[in-house]
Amino acid sequence: MNPARVDLRKAWIAVLGLVVVLLLAAVPYALPGYTVVLVYTILMYIILTVSWVIFSAPTGYISLAPAAFFGVGVYASAVLGMKLPLPVVICLGGLASFCLALLVGALTLRLTGIYFSIFTFGLVELIKHSVLWYELKFTGTRGRFLIPVGNNTIYYVMLAILVTLLVTAYLIRRSRYGLALQSIGEDEEAAAHTGVNVTLLKVITFAVSAVFMGAAGAIWAIRLTYIDPYIAFDPLNSFTPVLMAIFGGTGQLCGPILGATVFSYVREILITKFPYYYMLLMGIMLLAVILYLPNGLVGLIQQWQKRASEGQHVDT
Amino acid sequence: MVTILNILIAGLLLGGLYALIAVGLSLQYGVARVLNISHGEFIMLGALIAWTSYTVFGLNPLASIAIIGPLTFILGFIIHRTLFKRLLTTSGSPGVFESNSMLASFAIYFIIQNIASIIWGTETRGYSYLRVPLKVTGAVLGANRLVTLGFALAIGLTFYLFVTSTRTGKAIRAAAQDPATAGLMGVNIDRVLALCFGLGAAMAGIAGMLISMCYPVRTVMGLEYTIIAIIVVVLGGLGSIPGSFIGGFILGIIGSVVTHIDPGLSLVAYYLIFVLLLLVRPTGIMGR
Repeated sequence: MNPARVDLRKAWIAVLGLVVVLLLAAVPYALPGYTVVLVYTILMYIILTVSWVIFSAPTGYISLAPAAFFGVGVYASAVLGMKLPLPVVICLGGLASFCLALLVGALTLRLTGIYFSIFTFGLVELIKHSVLWYELKFTGTRGRFLIPVGNNTIYYVMLAILVTLLVTAYLIRRSRYGLALQSIGEDEEAAAHTGVNVTLLKVITFAVSAVFMGAAGAIWAIRLTYIDPYIAFDPLNSFTPVLMAIFGGTGQLCGPILGATVFSYVREILITKFPYYYMLLMGIMLLAVILYLPNGLVGLIQQWQKRASEGQHVDT
Repeated sequence: MVTILNILIAGLLLGGLYALIAVGLSLQYGVARVLNISHGEFIMLGALIAWTSYTVFGLNPLASIAIIGPLTFILGFIIHRTLFKRLLTTSGSPGVFESNSMLASFAIYFIIQNIASIIWGTETRGYSYLRVPLKVTGAVLGANRLVTLGFALAIGLTFYLFVTSTRTGKAIRAAAQDPATAGLMGVNIDRVLALCFGLGAAMAGIAGMLISMCYPVRTVMGLEYTIIAIIVVVLGGLGSIPGSFIGGFILGIIGSVVTHIDPGLSLVAYYLIFVLLLLVRPTGIMGR
């Protein structure tokens, strides 16, 4: 491949990205309110999935902490929402998650493999039950109310977070830090020996990925208008991003985006059409993905492309 | 003095149940390498089947072991034979298998819980069996609790003897240490792993029956017990049966002490211990 062609491809991706963002920005003007809510729900899941992928896909550490970071954002927004303007609240939600992730990362990234997963899962429950205990003991009530804002505002905040996230994810992937992360996933000891500051890199990336989950939680809280620890720290928020990422395929950035889009759309339909069988259907889908789509949707598409191009070669 | 004794005895009784749950999970993770998140769902199945057979058919809960044990065993065996065996062959490395199988067990958790809530609904249920107070050296405790502790200890001991002194037990230990080499030595690995998974599920089912004698049961009770089992297994050391019992009793006593101080804090205390333990000694008390 010659350099000019690579540049052309890059330019195409940039133009395509810009067009998609502009189209998304026009959604609230062109489409009815229900669709706006549906689209920003999908955007929220893309945010959670892509930020999970930033850390967990290259390093191979399966984090089950997204619910914790999301929940911290939700609570930050519920506590501060009445006192501060919206953009500040969103940033503080992200910052709170960043700090938590720094602390957790520094303490736990020495744990390997399954222990890290168990720990992050336990963390969600620890925070949930601590907040629950605190609320019942000191405030005497469970849960909080938030002042609602318009759907369009929520939509644009979500879109802004997503665009920032995608740019960040792209830059990390293309930089030497991305390569270093990849090397940690392949062989952590070898990476350390070649001069990568393994611990620092893992902790910082973990914390950066948490920022976006926290920010998404902060705006999502306003959409919910009522929150309590069970809603804010729902462990499903940890599993859904993992599921969506695997469903889409974690090899490239477009995999998780595609996975989250398709999956959250199907999820919305299942919840509204089959509320009683929703978990059953989710379970069956999850099994099917793990068993038959190890490389996700993107892997499947690449397989088709490969087969199609091989077919062409046979013809000519 | 009597209060302290009461707290300790309550902790021991609770610990016996925790230990039984944990032995099953330890077997599934220690040998079959599946961190089974759906473990608690087998407990829930055992509990609700016991409830149904007692309230609808008037069957003695202890006798319903004859139904629950084989049923959960077969279910676990089939799940391993179909799902995890396939995953084992498609996953490239043990690490990939561990994360894939954990995610797959989440799927099983969703499926079993949804089917159970279609059958039994989501109400909280309970029944009264052997709820007679007994006086033991000044402390008062329910006969049902004492029976559960006896059963938990008996099952744990039987299983320990099975693993340490039979030929199949030897095969299980070999498979836990090194599956590939054990296979070369003529151990039918697929069968041993499925057997372990099934036995783990059966222990969960029986533990569920014992739980239903002491506590209210409902279809969403599973995950809570799964997490307790994970904590106990990590506390005692993965794959160690005596470790699971020690861990179970320690957690039971801590739980009963904290509940005495502030009932709202018991789950917080469990997770705090768990999180601290993972940081200080992830291999657990009896860990290798």
